[in-house]
Amino acid sequence: MGLIQNVADDGLGGLEHNFLTGRVEELVKWSRSRSSWGATFGLACCAIEMMTAGTAHYDLARFGMEVFRASPRQADIMIVAGRVSQKMAPVLRQVYDQMMEPKWVISMGVCASSGGMFNNYAIVQGVDQIVPVDVYAPGCPPTPETLIHAIETLHQLIEDGQIMRRRELTGAGAQVHIQEIPAGITTPVSLGSR
Amino acid sequence: MSQSSNRVADDVRFVAKADYLKTLASLREEGFEMCVDLTAVDYLTHPGRNIAPEVLGDIALERFEVVVNLLSLSQRRRVRLRVQIAESDAVIGSAFDLYPGTEAMEREVFDMFGIKFDGHPDLTRILMPEDWQGHPLRKDYGIGNIPVQFKGAAS
Amino acid sequence: MTATENITPSQVGDITAAGTNEGRQELQLRKDVSAKEILRGSGAVLRMSESEVAALAGTQSEDQTMIINMGPQHPSTHGVLRLMLELNGETVLRCKPVIGYLHTGMEKTGESLTFMQGGTNVTRMDYASPLNNELVFALTTEKLLGIDQDIPERAVWIRMLLSELNRISSHLLFMATNGMDIGAVSMMLYGFREREEVLRFFQKVTGLRMNHNFIRPGGVAADLPAGWRDEVLSLLDALPARLAEYEILMTGQPIWRERLQGVGVITRDEAIALSATGPILRSTGLSWDLRRDMPYLRYDKVEFDVIVGSYGDAFDRYSIRLNEIRESMRIVRQVLDAMPQGDYRIQDKKVTPPPRGRIDESMEALIHHFKIFTEGFKVPEGEAYVAIESPRGEIACYIASDGSATPYRMHVRAPSFVNIQTMPHMMRGGLVADAVAVISSVDPVLGEVDR
Repeated sequence: MGLIQNVADDGLGGLEHNFLTGRVEELVKWSRSRSSWGATFGLACCAIEMMTAGTAHYDLARFGMEVFRASPRQADIMIVAGRVSQKMAPVLRQVYDQMMEPKWVISMGVCASSGGMFNNYAIVQGVDQIVPVDVYAPGCPPTPETLIHAIETLHQLIEDGQIMRRRELTGAGAQVHIQEIPAGITTPVSLGSR
Repeated sequence: MSQSSNRVADDVRFVAKADYLKTLASLREEGFEMCVDLTAVDYLTHPGRNIAPEVLGDIALERFEVVVNLLSLSQRRRVRLRVQIAESDAVIGSAFDLYPGTEAMEREVFDMFGIKFDGHPDLTRILMPEDWQGHPLRKDYGIGNIPVQFKGAAS
Repeated sequence: MTATENITPSQVGDITAAGTNEGRQELQLRKDVSAKEILRGSGAVLRMSESEVAALAGTQSEDQTMIINMGPQHPSTHGVLRLMLELNGETVLRCKPVIGYLHTGMEKTGESLTFMQGGTNVTRMDYASPLNNELVFALTTEKLLGIDQDIPERAVWIRMLLSELNRISSHLLFMATNGMDIGAVSMMLYGFREREEVLRFFQKVTGLRMNHNFIRPGGVAADLPAGWRDEVLSLLDALPARLAEYEILMTGQPIWRERLQGVGVITRDEAIALSATGPILRSTGLSWDLRRDMPYLRYDKVEFDVIVGSYGDAFDRYSIRLNEIRESMRIVRQVLDAMPQGDYRIQDKKVTPPPRGRIDESMEALIHHFKIFTEGFKVPEGEAYVAIESPRGEIACYIASDGSATPYRMHVRAPSFVNIQTMPHMMRGGLVADAVAVISSVDPVLGEVDR
């Protein structure tokens, strides 16, 4: 059928939109954003905060992301958490290339976003020199709330569909900058109150 | 006030390169079982160092200095050796046979300063990529920073 | 074929093509080989460069050993550690840890930062126990300045409090990651849940959850906030029950014991020869803890036990860290009782900036503040080496100063950098799954390994 041929050729863009296929596309984008799996790319201090975001107090599982797949073939979002050194840069690119489309990148922390406080020979000054970045999460390290804000921003972009179209046009990432949520703004539940 | 190990002045000894391994061996006999740290300093831009001549003896100050910290677990004391290494002859004996724990430390000194260790089993770069040119912690190796570009900044 | 019995050369295979002949030596039983021979020649460490290993690929036939790569991007390597493992089937023969994937040039950066700013740099080395890094840097700077005996009592006790709480949070991180690596995945959640309590206290005191830059030369950056005592007490009251839960979940559990007992054994001589310190050295039975044996701060005024293992295996290291949490809680209780009143930093105008309020009132204060934060205070010429006990072992800072406001050379002796050398010896003869347990029990933090 023509519709199937179109989908085979152009993917989702090939759906001739009627109210049924529109729904399907919405459903696909909705489920993509709700169940994206992260690739483990924890490098330094930010990795600890990324792990913290996955655990009980901050609970990434509510956003569908508690699973961090070690294999890039099964991952959707690569959260570059930490400083990228000269030796690590090719590894980063290789892991990014091994991820399957659709894939997105969150640059977590100032070291990944711009080199951070380490403006020297050893650190790549911004991971966007190597991979296209979709969301930059500032902080040193970003609090888990900031990371969740970054992830939710990305999920919103995925659900809107903006991000896929932009990627086709320019090849670059969405490059969204978010506000950092400082520590202490939210007060997690204390152990004693139970 | 209480006794604190850091209150006592450090036992620092200047050792000639020719006597380095002998000194290490005799210190090991004396009871310094562990070599906790082996590093180097490049005194290119600060050659003077302000060391009393009687401490230095007849050892000439050179560009590089290899600093070895030994620890005696049984006697609870430390000793620090400072060995002068000339730039033209940047080789020194490896402490690996006496203290195998210096393997990684000597590799790091080689990587960062270019000082070679004679008798080391695997003297290759450890922190930088294997094909990196230059020795980053030398004083004539720039920090490699990118000038920050914003208005009003003094570069 | 059992893992640790005699492996004859014919089974190991001919790898002279690679240029090494270590494989030709017969691998004897560990107890028959002297420490020196193990460390130099009988080959626990795979000494081949990466290019040599790459050249090997495709030239090996089936009955040879295989060199595979683990990492640097790997969920169980605790950061970006790469291991080249030489395997015979599933048995690890030799191993080479390849590091440098997180090399940040911190020692070079440290030469261009003032002594006040140095804490921000050093704190990111061992990011699991940042306050200990700052402490060792501050102690070394103070020694060079000659003010190390004049730090006010309250500042010293605050430093002790923070250092011990950091030990607790670092060991809880170990509990979490160790549990997850061995397979008790829920341990990840429990360990981090407890750690949040400690981090919340740090956030109240220092302003940040991690990488605090709070312990500075001269004292600490700010005084403890009101109500800190209750916070610490509630933390101390909640923890023991949780630690008891860990005992139930892990220590007594048969699977846990099977996985960790007898795995990653290291002898006392090997550990000393390899300059290993911290829980690795203590697991071999040697009771060495800088807090008790070469005390700094006021550790000689508090009572605590040094936990020691007997077999040198991964289970011992796990138990040591679990019980060190309890000992640290004991120290914290004593610090709570003994905390004196007073200044939180030395009143030396050349070293510590004036209180922010005074800047509006006094011109001198403004000038001092300006000079300290822009130029930095000058440190007399000299060199110093100060060592403390971090959760991973002996961390020390060696600073050579040339009389200016920035260190001429700043070197940090990182415990994990040296402890990683023990990994090949612990892994030899074990299975690949044991390799994961070994890495986890060494508890390396790659930030301080690579600096």
